[in-house]
Amino acid sequence: MRSVKSLEEIRRIIILHKRWDLIFMITGIVALMIAIMTFMALFAHMLIDGLPRLSWEFFTSFPSRRPESAGILSAWVGTTLVMLVTAVAAVPLGIGSGVYLEEYAPRNLLTEIIEINVTNLAGVPSIIYGLLALGLFVYQLGFGQSVLAAGLALALLILPVVIVATREAIRSIPITIREAAYALGATKWQTVSDHLLPYSSAGILTGIIIGLARAIGETAPIITIGALTFIAFLPPSPVKDEFPFISFEWLTAPFTVMPIQMFNWVSRPEEAFQLNAAAAGLVLVVMTLAMNGLAIYLRYRMRKNIKW
Amino acid sequence: MAEESQNKLVYAGKLGYSFRRHLHERFIETFLFLSAILSVAIMLAIIAMLLKESIVFFRQVSIWDFLTDTQWTPLFDDAHYGILPLISGTLVSSLIALLVALPMGTIIAIYLSEFAPFTVREIAKPFLELLGGVPTVVYGYFALLFVTPLLQIIFPELPGFNLLSAGLVMGIMIIPYVSSMTEDAMRAVPMNLREGSYAMGATRFQTAIRVVMPAAFSGIAAAYILGISRAVGETMVVAIAAGMQPNLTWNPMEPAATITAYIVQVSLGDLPHGSIGYQTIFAAGLTLLLITLVFNIIGHLLRKRYREIY
Repeated sequence: MRSVKSLEEIRRIIILHKRWDLIFMITGIVALMIAIMTFMALFAHMLIDGLPRLSWEFFTSFPSRRPESAGILSAWVGTTLVMLVTAVAAVPLGIGSGVYLEEYAPRNLLTEIIEINVTNLAGVPSIIYGLLALGLFVYQLGFGQSVLAAGLALALLILPVVIVATREAIRSIPITIREAAYALGATKWQTVSDHLLPYSSAGILTGIIIGLARAIGETAPIITIGALTFIAFLPPSPVKDEFPFISFEWLTAPFTVMPIQMFNWVSRPEEAFQLNAAAAGLVLVVMTLAMNGLAIYLRYRMRKNIKW
Repeated sequence: MAEESQNKLVYAGKLGYSFRRHLHERFIETFLFLSAILSVAIMLAIIAMLLKESIVFFRQVSIWDFLTDTQWTPLFDDAHYGILPLISGTLVSSLIALLVALPMGTIIAIYLSEFAPFTVREIAKPFLELLGGVPTVVYGYFALLFVTPLLQIIFPELPGFNLLSAGLVMGIMIIPYVSSMTEDAMRAVPMNLREGSYAMGATRFQTAIRVVMPAAFSGIAAAYILGISRAVGETMVVAIAAGMQPNLTWNPMEPAATITAYIVQVSLGDLPHGSIGYQTIFAAGLTLLLITLVFNIIGHLLRKRYREIY
């Protein structure tokens, strides 16, 4: 046993340890500041370069060989259409899968395989999804380099996000809700569709928005399926004058999306195109930030309002 | 008599209804099951697709050449198919990224979970989340046009495309993933462990390092593994800022290509379906998938081995 230390010695040790506390606290604040400052620098740099290029014409012009008259019309229309396909494919499948794993799945080997697999899918690099889409959708199924192939590739990519969000949202509903529904004679699906899904809708919506925000910015899988970078026309309109008024020709049309357009401009040596890249990047960042911000706000409201 | 048969009819009607209800339930359950099993199908499809094209590739190029040749020039007349230059580029850029992301992410997580006052945490967490939501192509732009010129002030001989700035920006990009998962893991450690530590006279720093972090080890390991797979699989930052020249180098000041950047480079061109160039991207993709799978499995084992249940 060590001898009892004098009071001064103990005080000194305490002060020493407290100093380490302070040092670490400052390190933490500095690290946090570095992350935040980097983001500020990124945003400011893009704002300075890109803001002068942002005008009504920028949104309503096609890309062009002349940087001053180039715009992002085909890019944002393409992004909108691709996101539509992604959402239509990923949302029902993701929610269905989440509901199954949380409410229906028996505890067996298959369920465990599915669960491990969802985690693994989330860790697969996005470019691998691009290769899958290239081999499967573009060539095997013959969709070509189309809106449909790109939308489905991104849908596969965000599927794990939607599944995990659905599971978490449903898991947080107390068991008493289910017991009450069953006690009244509701079937499993009635319980799910009338109670569990409505109560977890905010959480699921948050997951969907975060997933779509990620899909909007994804570039690698879309480059991999071989999307053209110079598109100076729009896909055929989904609405028609004559019966049946709705056309799905746009699904098979070639397209470009915002991040591809930006990548195309960044990789050109002329500085004027890099200003365009900054402007396109600014639009892209504002779009993803708005979506992520909405998701964060929804989650915040949800936490505040729902008390089981 | 009449009453009884009427009762039977009522029962029969109810039974019929319940049969339809049963069918409905089974139908929905089948749909839900199919959508759940789809994720397994996707995984199998990914592996099958990569294997299918890679097998054709490896019929023409021996695996030994693939792993040991030091040149990767599949699109030249004098074609070499050595994956090493791509792997070196991937490893160097990932290593730089992880040297930034893991320490910074951990420090931020410890600070937010153990030190920061409530308001700081409430503001910083969503902010970091937004940082993680910025598209990677934007980070690539930032690396090429902001960080590289900045680094060139310090290292004047730095070329315009280099692994260093791509790695640094990738590191910043991965910080939010690492910090938010690490923080979640640390916050899940029950309060009474901390209280016990404080009661023994430990400071916050000692408690964080010696009590909370070991207790949250499995979650922190998962966060690190996720960070590693992000860095290895990251595409756009390296494709934009590191150049796309395969280059067997361990020097971060040089331009080089990663596995992912090579796939992008090939996809930008117009390679005919079925050519050997087309097959190389699947062979490269298979290599990438194997690397990330190895890390995922390590992560899974670590989680299983060190999981603490409270």
